Amino acid sequence: MYTQMSDGIDGQPNASDERERAFERRLERGVKIEPPDWMPEPYRKTLVRQISQHAHSEIVGMLPEGNWITRAPSLQRKVILLAKVQDEAGHGLYLYSAAETLGTPRDDMIAALHAGKAKYSSIFNYATLTWADVGAIGWLVDGAAIINQIPLTRCSYGPYARGMVRICKEESFHQRQGFDIMWKLAHGTPAQHAMAQDALDRWWWPAVMMFGPPDAESTHNRQSLKWKIKIFTNDELRQKFIDQTVPQAERLGLKIPDEQLRWNERTQHYEFGPIDWEEFYRVIRGDGPCNKDRLQARIDAWEEGAWVREAAAAYARKQAERGAVA
Amino acid sequence: MKNQWPQWEVFVRSEAGLAHKHVGSLHAADARMALEHARDLYTRRNEGVSIWVVKSENVHATDPQESDEFFGPSEDKTYRFPTSYHVPEGVKHL
Repeated sequence: MYTQMSDGIDGQPNASDERERAFERRLERGVKIEPPDWMPEPYRKTLVRQISQHAHSEIVGMLPEGNWITRAPSLQRKVILLAKVQDEAGHGLYLYSAAETLGTPRDDMIAALHAGKAKYSSIFNYATLTWADVGAIGWLVDGAAIINQIPLTRCSYGPYARGMVRICKEESFHQRQGFDIMWKLAHGTPAQHAMAQDALDRWWWPAVMMFGPPDAESTHNRQSLKWKIKIFTNDELRQKFIDQTVPQAERLGLKIPDEQLRWNERTQHYEFGPIDWEEFYRVIRGDGPCNKDRLQARIDAWEEGAWVREAAAAYARKQAERGAVA
Repeated sequence: MKNQWPQWEVFVRSEAGLAHKHVGSLHAADARMALEHARDLYTRRNEGVSIWVVKSENVHATDPQESDEFFGPSEDKTYRFPTSYHVPEGVKHL
């Protein structure tokens, strides 16, 4: 659906200004923007960037967990993990579908990822060293994703908001199965408890960084808030995540690796220690533990699957020619 | 060779008695594959009992730039609604 009309660029500037004001009035009234509607080019570009990067994150996010499917400790855990990783593929596809309504072909988005031009969440550049990491990812990484994504169900762009509704419903299963893994390990043998603690030690700070740079440094924050592509700032969401997660860690009997973490009775929030933003930018730039492996795995999957896509397309063409398929 | 499969719009009936509703799109080489992918993508948790797929290029839509003119004729006809009629006191079943 939703073929894009050529909009504004070669139109008259006055008409475009008027449309821009109408667009802003519409956002102020809380009316959603839908694919064929006129929108300013920067709004469209921001959405394509954000939604496609979100899609890439879901797809690349299958890799660290997929790593453990064949080594899950029981058949029950294996089917759960399979379902979870399949959901991540689904989330990626809902999001590519939403991004395509903005007029960017899917193959172009995938090519941008493979060329290293499009980013994905830097959390997936960390390695999953033990089974407890699968628990920590579900609990912390999916937990952080939920906090990030729930406000997006109210964002101004209809297809993105609708995709987020589906995704958020499925994420809560992801978070609970992760917490369940952590719970079992934390209440298991001393070695299992230690494994859970080690996973928390390694995943805590990367999870806290998932909300992006602090508000003072975030280049996209303000405009995205104005456009209602974002509802809360990075720091607001981060605080919410920490406030929700600290009591969960206490119930697990695990210790969050932050010596400065303490409850502030006056603000009713947790205070936390400094975040190593150097590490964050280093991983984004490509120097994380697994950046090269992750991207190479995606490129290999794409290239090795090319013959399947070509064969299916050839078969469909042949069937259509024979009139067997409408 | 460019081989991006065609795009299909997916409509799911969540239970008998309800209409099919648009849920999103996907890419597939043909209709059969589109239905199977739609099942895997949009009904992993019993969300549907029936699926329609339509090639995106076959969907024709109204132009939002012409919305005012296109939908305008129904705007000022309040007499089409029962609420625009006065019901005298005491009159029932009207």
